[in-house]
This record gives sequence, structure tokens and C-alpha cells, in this order.
Amino acid sequence: MLEAVFELFVPLVVASIIDRGIADQDVSFILSRGGILFLLALAGMGWAITAQYFAAKAATGFASRLRQALFSHVQSLSFADLDRIGTSTLITRATSDILKTQNAVNLFLRLFLRSPFIVGGAVIMAFLVDPKTAVVFVVVIPLLFVVVFLFMRLTAPLYQKVQEKLDDLTLATKEALGGGRVIRAFRREETEEEAFAKKNEEHYRLQLLAGRISSLTNPVTLVIVNAGTMAILWIGGWQVNDGVMTQGQVVALVNYMAQILVELVKLANLIVTLAKGMASANRVADVLAIVPSQEKEGISDTGVAQETGDAKVAFSHVSFRYPDAAEDTLTDIDFCANAGETIGIIGGTGAGKSTVAQLIPRFYDATGGRILVDGKNALSFPLAALRRKVGVVPQHAVLFQGTIRENLLFGNEEATDEELWEALSIAQAAEFVRQKEGGLDFAVAEGGANLSGGQRQRLTIARALARKPEILILDDAMSALDFATEAALRKSLAALTPQPVTFLVSQRISSLTGADRILVLDDGALIAQGSHEALLASCSLYREICESQMEEPKGGDLP
Amino acid sequence: MRRKETLRALLHDLSGYLPLVLLSLGLAALSVASLLYLPILTGNAVDLIIGRDHVDFDELFAILRRMGVTIIAAALFQWLQNVCNNRITYGVVRSMRANVYRKLMSLPLSYADTHAHGDLVSRQISDIDQLADGLLMGFTQLFSGALTIAGTLFFMFREYAWIALVVVILTPLSMVTARFISRYSYRMFTLQSEARGAQTALIHEMITHQKVVQAFGQEEKVQARFDGMNEKVEQYSLKAVFASSLTNPTTRFVNYLVYAAVAVAGAILVIKNPTFTAGSLTAFLAYANQYTKPFNEISGVLTELQNAFACAARVYELLGEQNETENALSPSERTPFDGRVAFENVSFSYVPEQKLIEDLNLPVTPGQRVAIVGPTGSGKTTLINLLMRFYEVDHGDIKVSGRSIYVMPRKEVRSGFGMVLQETWLRHGTIRDNIAFGKPDATEEEIIHAAKEAHAHSFIRRLPQGYDTVIGEDGGTLSEGQKQLLCIARVMLILPPMLILDEATSSIDTRTELAVQDAFLKMMEGHTSFIVAHRLSTIRSADIILVMRDGHIVEQGSHAELLAKRGFYAALYESQFG
Repeated sequence: MLEAVFELFVPLVVASIIDRGIADQDVSFILSRGGILFLLALAGMGWAITAQYFAAKAATGFASRLRQALFSHVQSLSFADLDRIGTSTLITRATSDILKTQNAVNLFLRLFLRSPFIVGGAVIMAFLVDPKTAVVFVVVIPLLFVVVFLFMRLTAPLYQKVQEKLDDLTLATKEALGGGRVIRAFRREETEEEAFAKKNEEHYRLQLLAGRISSLTNPVTLVIVNAGTMAILWIGGWQVNDGVMTQGQVVALVNYMAQILVELVKLANLIVTLAKGMASANRVADVLAIVPSQEKEGISDTGVAQETGDAKVAFSHVSFRYPDAAEDTLTDIDFCANAGETIGIIGGTGAGKSTVAQLIPRFYDATGGRILVDGKNALSFPLAALRRKVGVVPQHAVLFQGTIRENLLFGNEEATDEELWEALSIAQAAEFVRQKEGGLDFAVAEGGANLSGGQRQRLTIARALARKPEILILDDAMSALDFATEAALRKSLAALTPQPVTFLVSQRISSLTGADRILVLDDGALIAQGSHEALLASCSLYREICESQMEEPKGGDLP
Repeated sequence: MRRKETLRALLHDLSGYLPLVLLSLGLAALSVASLLYLPILTGNAVDLIIGRDHVDFDELFAILRRMGVTIIAAALFQWLQNVCNNRITYGVVRSMRANVYRKLMSLPLSYADTHAHGDLVSRQISDIDQLADGLLMGFTQLFSGALTIAGTLFFMFREYAWIALVVVILTPLSMVTARFISRYSYRMFTLQSEARGAQTALIHEMITHQKVVQAFGQEEKVQARFDGMNEKVEQYSLKAVFASSLTNPTTRFVNYLVYAAVAVAGAILVIKNPTFTAGSLTAFLAYANQYTKPFNEISGVLTELQNAFACAARVYELLGEQNETENALSPSERTPFDGRVAFENVSFSYVPEQKLIEDLNLPVTPGQRVAIVGPTGSGKTTLINLLMRFYEVDHGDIKVSGRSIYVMPRKEVRSGFGMVLQETWLRHGTIRDNIAFGKPDATEEEIIHAAKEAHAHSFIRRLPQGYDTVIGEDGGTLSEGQKQLLCIARVMLILPPMLILDEATSSIDTRTELAVQDAFLKMMEGHTSFIVAHRLSTIRSADIILVMRDGHIVEQGSHAELLAKRGFYAALYESQFG
């Protein structure tokens, strides 16, 4: 800002050079004024650098806060929120959109800390020189601001659309990579290319449109400012003719107008960046505006009579519907699991097996009925405390980039190496980890790409075991293991002390035969529960499932 | 890729737009010329306003009118030039993206298998975007900047050579400082982008697997890691941004020096030399201003262009990758597939040091149902990769209907097979679009029929919008099994001559699996099919079971024969059902 003030003195000094120096033929005066110009420039630079420093600090600090806020906000979102929003757009917003916002803020600070002062100052100085001619400024400047503002308003939504089209292109490219085999197998290369070309063309057209409008800004400001210059010359001419003004003062006014032009042209050049930044800022704000749909702190238990005895986990008339779904995924589920029990869950594809498992650690909240953990309503636990009790092995074996040790510590930060090895050996993973270079320090690649599917699954099981969970949930987590390994794993799980309540979701009857109780789900309803033998006798669906996995339809001559 | 090659490739891409480029140059010259003409007019006007009662209003009006025309012309040229530049840049970008996409479609699959998808996507999207920004800025500012410098120099030398010389002598000063600063800021930018890269990777991983993070209650720890990186990014980015923002004030300082020098020298000259008027001084000052400005811009544009170049190089590197070669020798005879398939002395390995399949022979007769079993890594899926020509054999030959698949176009080979893989790939779109993927013109009845055959109809019906439900990026809330059913419906619709099922039912419950298998059986009546599975119940009824181990077929025969052999298969079977 101070820099702007210094800059504004320059035309005045030049005016005095012309008016006094030239008129009086005073060379030493001219030189001394030249010296003043130099000092003004030096001081201006000093202030400018200071201003830039603070602008940079503010912009980077702002972006950093914003990134942090967004990231921690994402961490507070519930699973339902994540399903709805989609992770890939969250990633774009946390990275490239914030970057664009930062750029815009930085430019905004740099320019708007300077331009308005230059422009405003120019007007004040003009009034000091000659109020009558300065009226031109009063007309020109608001007009310019209206024009710039109008272009911003017009182009910002266009750039938002351009950005959305770019998202489409991103998705199409991702699909071309991820679906390479399927696209080729169905011989859809050409149609896919056409579809891409269409999206590409839409993006192109929007870009042209936005570009055409935003590139008008510069010429329009040019015309307005120069019209102003002409007006100054004309009115100034009258004023000089009347003896109110001098020639030098007219030059000064013309210079002020030129300074305004320079500032506004800069603004016009950056309008695209600003418009894009605004579009991105909106996208970031959208995410921050999402209210996490799940309460993190426990609510006070309503103190319903607790008839669950010593049940560790109990479902009481639980139903669940995914947000936006037409029908309930689970209806009226009622069961309890006592300490140390192993509960098997079986049922058809889409019967709701995984959903039952996901309700226990409250990945989703039941939409009807109550879930009790340790005799208390699951909703009354703070989420963190509830999840601390639970070790989950999801269907999809996800590992993080880092060493095996780091991955296992994800389950329990305090675990010692000894405990980790113990968890590994229960999960039947100790042997292959020992063979890896570096053992626990073996570096797992992104997504666990340098491990086989079975190895990944066993590591995720070990990770859950490292927590020493009170409740262990294995959601079809042994599907990639061969049968011998699976049997050994089940045996070592059964020998755990203290024995956690274990939920085993599986398609394989053979995995479940050892369970204390098996829940049979059909189409979201719990149609039977009991031991393997009891169910074989009483439940026709269970029998059918069994038969579909036996060698002969009747189980006939198998030992 | 080297800079020179990048430049050549870029120029080649631009060559199609040569008329537009020339037009843009011409327009730039015109608009710069008219903009430079303005100060002369202003100077003339000032000279007419000498003092009290010494103003020639008729002349002044004439000059102002000329100014008006010039301004409008300049504005128009400028706008047209910008429109041209937009057309060139976005046109180049559009065809570049189309090329990249086509490239991705024609590269061998091994490329996509061995390169990080995120990196390839960022080349297609952000790198090309940055290139566009750079090109656009280059076109608009580099042209007019250079022309402005040349023009102002010309006018200044014409007006008065000595002062012009002062200006020219002072310019290197501004360039040297700009260079010095940009070198420092470039270093900071590199540090910043490294730190940012690490942070992006973390964001990527943690947001993608956010559910796991929450399941293990690791939000705080992850946040702490993030904060640490964030702080580092902020530090570097502050330095980088500040350093780069120094260019402006310092060059502006130098510009003011030039300006002051011109003012002083000019004023003295006015005194000493009567032909040099206050009006010419005004014009001179305006030129001095216009002359130095482009230097600022050009130094900015050059950094931008450097960045754009780096991005372009990454794109051209991808575009330069070797395409899958099509060595169709015999003209496509398009004989219908009769169901015969034969592997003859086939050897293959993904990496030369590690032999995977060696000297494999396998004749399949029409209508046979072939099942392939074996432990992980035994080469089951590799056989499918070879059969579909996703990968090419190292030695030997594969024949379909008696003809080598290597003399057929790939598409013809693939038209013979319907394929369902374990890894379910569904696109972001409606259920209907996904089922009709292989047959976009399928009727509603056909789609529903296929879905019913695949036992997907009942769950689809229960979705909020039925067949019009849009599936999210990763299949949304669909379970793994439901996704597999959709993939099966997709194949059911196209009724392929031959069928490949690679662990296609691994996540489907066994009862539904049996029903789906029945449907396949009906559909594939008399057609050849290949089934890869580790669930032995899945393959029991196959005509021939191949047991693979370490790239070799160790046993083959029907289920009963293999059990009777009491070999490897029998052992596997015992472990599953024993």
C-alpha cells in the first residue's frame, strides 16, 4: 500500500520537472528531482517486498490451514457420507482444487493490496491537480470496476463447468486404464474413443466460450481507459486555455490514467486464474459444508432394561437401510453373542452378511432397533472407544505404503515386536514375513502390490489381531487362502486367550462348521440360527447351501 | 525425452494451425502498432495544449478523433488475437488428449499393468492442462511482448537515439536481477513440488482407504502425519512464492530507474535542444514504460513455458511408447468359430528371468468345457491372457478354429470369446449401461433377460431406480458378489461363441453360483468354454480338468478320473472337502 503511495508521487515529480525544470531551464533542479525519483523507487521497492512477503505468508498459510481443515473434515465423515461423495472427487478437492484456490488467493492479495490503492490514490492525486478534469476519473473508474466484476461473474460459472468437464475426462481416462481388459475383450475401443472424443469436444467448446468472454475484458478496459485519456486531453485543453491548468499537469493526469490502465490490464490478465480459483474454492467449501452424519461422542444411554445377560454383542430388532436405498437391507435382526463365542454368518449374495458385520463397530448406524455392546447401547459409546474394542478384517485386503511393521502398528501403536510376531504367527503369516527381505521392515508397495492376495489377507488379519480385540470381525477375509492354510488359521484363532467374540462371514460351509452358532441370512432377514448340526436338521435353506458345496447332492459317500 | 525432441513434437502439433498462428501474429503486430501509435498522438495532443489561450481546439479534436479510431482498432485486434490463441491452444490440447486416449487404447496391456494409473491420468489431465496454460500465455504475451519491445525501441530511436541508448543500456540490469531471482525460486519450487508430491500421495492413500483408517481409529495419528507434511509444504511454498514474487518489485525498481533516467535526460534535452518538446518527452516516458513492462512479463512467461515444456515432455513420452503391433497376415476370412482351440508348444514369461509357462500343449475339441485349477501363481490366468491376446506368447502358437490367432486381427480373436474376470470392472454409469456394455443397441427385454439369467434381476429391481440406478466409482454400496453378477449379465447378453470364466463366481454364494452355472450351461450348450477356479465345487462337472502347477499341466482328466488317480488333484480336493 505504501508502495502505491510512492508510485503515485512519480507523475507529480515528473510534472514538476516539465513545468519548473524545463520552463526555468534549471538543470540542477531537474537532477535533484531525478534523485527524488530514484529514492521514491527505492522506497517503493522496499515496501513492495515487505508487502509481498506478507501476501505470500497469508496465501500459503491460508492454503495450509484449508488443507488441514479439509483433511480432518474428511476424517470426520461417516462411511455413508464417504459412499455418497466418492473418494476420488475428495482427493481432487484436497489437492488440485486447494492449489488453485491458493494461487487465486495469492494473486488476489498481491493485486488487491496494490491495485485499489493505486487506483484510489490516482483519483485523489488527480483531484489535487484539477478537480474539474478529475471528474473524468470518477466516471471511468466505477465503470471499469463494473466491467471487471461483470466479467468475473460471467466467467466463474463457466470455469466451474469447464472444471466439471475435466472431471469427466479424468474419469474416462481412469476407466480406460482400469477397464483395459474388459474394453478390449468386448471390442469397445472405438466406441469408447468416440465417447471420449465427445466429452473432449464439449470441454473444448466450453473452454472456447469461456476464453472468448474472458479475453474481452482486456480490450474493453483498454477502450474505456483511453476514452478517459481523450476526455482528459479535451477538458484539460479547455482548462489550460482558461489558464486554470498547466501543460505539465495535463501530462500528470494522463500518466495517472495510464497507471490505472496498467493495473487493470494486470487484473484482466489474471481474471481467468481468479475465476478458476473461485470455482475451486466453491468445490472445497462444498465439502467443508457437509455435516458429518454420525455423532462421534456417545449419547447418554436411555437406560432401557438390560435383559441381555452377559451378552457381549446383541442385536435387538435391528433394521438398516442404506441412504437413498428403496428398501431395507436388513430387517428385524435379533441375536446375541456371548463372551468367547464364535458366530458364523452365511447367506446368499446381497443377503446382508457384511452389513450385519459393519453395524457392530458402527461403520453405519442402524436405522431401526438397538445394538448392545457390553450390555450398553452402542450409540452411547464414543466412536473411538467402541472401535477400540473391535478388530476388523474387511473383505478387501487394504495395506498401506510403508513397512510391514508400520502396517501392523496401524492396529495397535503400542504393540511390541514380540506381540507383532505373535499376531503374525496366529494369522499364519510369520513364515512368509520371515522370508521377506528385512522381515518386519519389508517395504509394502502402494496397495500391497508386491504381495500376493493371500499374503495381503493374512497381514490384514494379523493387523486386526495386533489390537488384541474384544470383538473380532472377519468379513469373508479368508477367501484367498488355500484350504490347508485356512484350517490352520481357524485352529489358531480358536486357541486365542482371552477368546474374543468372533464374527465369521463366509460363503464356505466348511469355514463355519466349528462356529458356536451360525446366523443364516436370506434377503436381509435372519431366518435361522443355531449350530451346524441343528441347522442341518431344521433349516432347509442351510441344507441347500450345504448341498451346493458337497460333492454329491446328498452328501452321500463322503467320509 | 530431450528438450529438442519435445519442441519438435510440439511444433509438429502446432503446424496444423499454421494459418491461425500467422493470423495471430499479424493481429498481434497490428494491435501492438496501434497501441504504440497512441503515445505519439497523446504527445501531439499535449503539444497543442501549451498554455492560456494557446490551445488549438480544431487540431486537438482531429487528433482525439484519430485516437478514438486507433483505440477501437487496437481493442478489436487484441480480442481477435486472443480468440485465435484460444482456438490454437485448446485445439492442440483437444487433439493431444484424443491422441493420449487412443494411445491408451492401443498400448499393449502390459503397459497399463506395469505403470501407475494415477501417474498416467495426471499426464492426460493436469500435465496437458498446464501445457495449455503455458501455451496460451506464451502466445498472448510472448508475441506481443517481443513486438512491443521492438516497436518501442524503433520509435524511441526514431525520436531521439541518445535517450534510447540510455534505456537500452539499463535493460540488462533488469534481466540479470530477474534471472538471479528465478534461479533461486526455481530451486524452491522444486523442493515445494517434492514435498507436495509426498503429501498428495498421503492424501491419496488415506482418503481412498478412509474406511480402514476409521475402522482402526487412526484418524488422529494420520492427521498428525498429515500436519507434519503440511507444515513442510507450507514452509517451502512460502519460500517459493515469496522468491518468485520478488521478481516483480525488483524489476519494477529497475524500470523506475529507467523511467527516472529518461525523465532527467529528456528534460535536460528539452532545455538544450529546442526541437525536443515536452510533448516528445511525454511520448518518450510512455515508451519507456511500455518498453520495460514486457520484460517482466516475458520473464514470467519463460518460467511458465519451462513448466509447460516439462509437462509436454511427459505427455510426448507416453505418446512415443510402442503401440501393440498388429501382424494380421492372412486377410480376415471371418470363418465362424467352430469351437476348436489349441495351445501348441507355448512358452511364456512376464519377466525373462522367471519362466512361467513352458512348452504347453493343449488341444480342446468343440463344445468341451475346460476347467483349469491349481495353486496361486501356477499360470491359470496367464493362459487366459494369452488366449485373448492380452499378452503374446514367447514361443509356440495358439490356434482357434484351426487358424493361428497371430494371423488374425486381435479384434477377430476377441470376438470369439466372452469373458468374466474375478476382478470386477464396472463403469460409472447406470446398471443398464453396464449390462449393455458389449451390445449398446440391446433392447430392454434382452437386458432384463440377461439380468434374470445372471440372477441379478431381483437385486437390481430392489435398487432405488432399478436399472437406471447409477453405480458409483467403485461400485458404491454393491457387494463384491453383486458386482460379479452384473459382469456375468454383461456377458450373457452378447452370447459369445466361446466363454472364459476366470474366477468369475468367487464372491457369489454357492447356491446362486450353481444356478448361474446352469444358465451358463444352457447358454453354452455345444460351445467351448474355459473356467478358472480355486473352488473345486465350481468345476466338478467340467468335461476336462487341467491341473496346473508351476506353469505345467501336471494332471488332466475328468473329475472322477482325477480322483481315482489319487494325485495332486485328489489332494487338493481332500483339503477342501475332507
